[in-house]
Amino acid sequence: MSDFNFVRTEMLEAKEPPLTERGVVKWVRENLFSGWFNTILTLVSIYVIYLVLSSILPWLVNGIWIADSLTQCREIRDTVNGGEPSACFAVLTARWHQLVFGFFPQDMYWRPILAFILLFVALAPVLYDAAPRKLFYFTAVYPFLMVWLIWGGSVWGPVMVAAGFGVSYLAYKLVAKFSELAATIIALIAPIIWWLFFSGAVAGIIQSVIPISLYAVESKELGGFLISVVVGLAGISLSLPLGVLLALGRQSDMFIVKTMCVGFIEFIRGVPLITLLFTALLLLNYFLPKGVNFDVVIRVIIMVTLFSAAYMAETIRGGLAALPKGQYEAADSLGLDYWQAQRLIIMPQALKISIPSIVGIFIGLFKDTTLVIFIGISEMLGFTNAIRADTAWNGVYWELYIFVGLVFWICCFSMSRYSQWLERKLQTEH
Amino acid sequence: MTTLTDPPTESFRLSQLIYDTRYRSMTIQVVALIGFVSLFAWLISNTVTNLEALGKDFDFGFLSVRAGYDINQRLVEYSSDSTHFRAAYVGFLNTLLVAFLGCILATIIGVTAGVLRLSKNWLTARLMTIYVESFRNIPVLLWIIAFFAVLSEGTPAPREFRGENPAASMMLNDSMAVTNRGTYIPTPVWEAGSIIVVITFLLSLLGIWAFGRYSKRRQQATGDILPNFWIKLAIFIVPALLMFFIMGRPISLDYPALKGFNFAGGLHIRNSFLALWLALSFYTGSFIAESVRAGILAISKGQTEASYALGMRPSRTMNLVILPQALRVIIPPLISQYLNLTKNSSLAIAVGYMDLRATLGGTTLNITGRELESMLLMMAIYLVISLSISGVMNFYNNSVKLVGR
Repeated sequence: MSDFNFVRTEMLEAKEPPLTERGVVKWVRENLFSGWFNTILTLVSIYVIYLVLSSILPWLVNGIWIADSLTQCREIRDTVNGGEPSACFAVLTARWHQLVFGFFPQDMYWRPILAFILLFVALAPVLYDAAPRKLFYFTAVYPFLMVWLIWGGSVWGPVMVAAGFGVSYLAYKLVAKFSELAATIIALIAPIIWWLFFSGAVAGIIQSVIPISLYAVESKELGGFLISVVVGLAGISLSLPLGVLLALGRQSDMFIVKTMCVGFIEFIRGVPLITLLFTALLLLNYFLPKGVNFDVVIRVIIMVTLFSAAYMAETIRGGLAALPKGQYEAADSLGLDYWQAQRLIIMPQALKISIPSIVGIFIGLFKDTTLVIFIGISEMLGFTNAIRADTAWNGVYWELYIFVGLVFWICCFSMSRYSQWLERKLQTEH
Repeated sequence: MTTLTDPPTESFRLSQLIYDTRYRSMTIQVVALIGFVSLFAWLISNTVTNLEALGKDFDFGFLSVRAGYDINQRLVEYSSDSTHFRAAYVGFLNTLLVAFLGCILATIIGVTAGVLRLSKNWLTARLMTIYVESFRNIPVLLWIIAFFAVLSEGTPAPREFRGENPAASMMLNDSMAVTNRGTYIPTPVWEAGSIIVVITFLLSLLGIWAFGRYSKRRQQATGDILPNFWIKLAIFIVPALLMFFIMGRPISLDYPALKGFNFAGGLHIRNSFLALWLALSFYTGSFIAESVRAGILAISKGQTEASYALGMRPSRTMNLVILPQALRVIIPPLISQYLNLTKNSSLAIAVGYMDLRATLGGTTLNITGRELESMLLMMAIYLVISLSISGVMNFYNNSVKLVGR
């Protein structure tokens, strides 16, 4: 035993891992250079990033924001920036209002801006639980307020349209004492009669007594981002309920109802949106009685709504199919009738399952609002052409496209982020 | 939903139609049907009245009339003396062409991006995320127009290729020219005897299929695995190449060359087609990437671990365990993306590509003034295309469906 002349009595301090196994170096080794294939990928990626940045970054940084025309932009580029490639963002400084508001009268920009700000107030209770519940009253009023702010005219027009719902409620209450069924039918018919025959006249009478009105803006003066928001918003809020109804119709046991829903859904899904828009533009005059004419924006909204409702129906049908049969049976065993079961048990769960796809359809709808350019409404892309038609800006492409793309990207990306947040919030699984 | 009710003891009353669940659904359906039929009748009667007021009739006879306009890209013989029907047919083929090529390119881009987005390489995964998020969240119409602007504004004019010291030069060993008038690529010239080479090539495809079957049977019988990929590659290339030289090189390439103010020879691919094709492919590719990623993520990690536990190599795990299961999740959204691509190809109007919408639903409609007939016919054609694609999808879904209890 005497061979051992030294025995360590205390433990060695733990050494730090070698340089290649810690910190940044380790991360780089594991994530970027963990094998020959990975190394190639990294090098290619770096090259691509270099290529893109080296061509775009100087162009962006040298961007010229103040100039009267493209020629002046080029002069500034040659004199100030020494001929380096420079973006001519001056076109945005000069023409941003057209891209955003279209031909909306310049002194009334406060109207769409106010409508846009109020939009968030109206959306707050829908999007966040924390918002005060009382705001729902404002949400209910908002559509009429928005129509009035944007199109202007007498305030009594939208008010009388809103009153139609009040008429419906009153009629229901009056008749419900005698017969539930008759009340439901009357509640459906009364507002239609009101809208068709009375609302216009009554609005006119009240307007002559208490004139409150804004300068009326015609639909053809709307354009740019404004028209995308109007069409997108209307389409989104109308297509969800319609989609739910279509999905329920397709799931129902009633053969005729089911066949009609399937036929409608498959037809709409089978043709491009652009053909539907052309139908709205060219063929509606054939289908409607002589003299009946719709505003072109309303035509577009109807078509866009029908189009997304068909897709929505298929999505919600997927959600319905994913629900276990036990949920339906449980609802039946509680003695709930069809609509109660749908409202309280089936739909909340089915809609929750389909949130990502529903928001995907919303995003698609919003992007599809660019197609109105083909039926003569100038949305943002239409204005990029119009601006280029001006000799001062002939030849400006990328600055305009980047602006339009960025606006859409921000809207769509925030929608998809919101849906992911909502999905996480509603998650009840472990 | 079944509701048990006592058999009626009293005679039928009218209110039973509404309050009795046995009759209610019938009542609703009859009302719905009457409403539907009367709506249709109303629309048709309006249409008839309006057509009469305009002095028009409903007649597809215009299809056999001389079209009188030119189509710059055509896959079949067409001139301005051809009929409107022929024009619509050319447009239809153009739609199918861009849709077919778009589907192929979109699949390649989408699968690559989807797989790379899951890669362990941080940089590549981020890059692919940027690609997917930027293409998904910007309207396809903007992409089409932007690609067209790149091709027509960002590329040199043919005259810049001229002179001693040209400003632009042809790519790929002087075989391809990208100009603002389109891209010129070599086109094959088929001489006598080339048919034999083509037949050999087709036969070798048959050979690959036969070899695949043989190899599978052999593996199941003996357990040996042949180097399938290399053998198939050899069958793919060697016989056709041999025959090509035996027949004395009957297939040659016709290269584009600068003549006068423009390129001549070779195949001229128009910018309108190229922009539409690339934009649709990259746009749809970003959606396909998401489906592919979701499909691969949907397969639980236990499958990979179980396969490793059985001693399978990673490549084999991917091919035999993960992909067959992931494909079941990926294919349905993939096909609906193909459907979307086909429908989005109708945006060709933005760059002047002459597809079905631009011929039948565009120029023909404007020349003849037959809005109703043209639109209905066009919708019917799109409907047939869509329904055939979704028919294929349903067939596939049924064939791979997991058989449940």
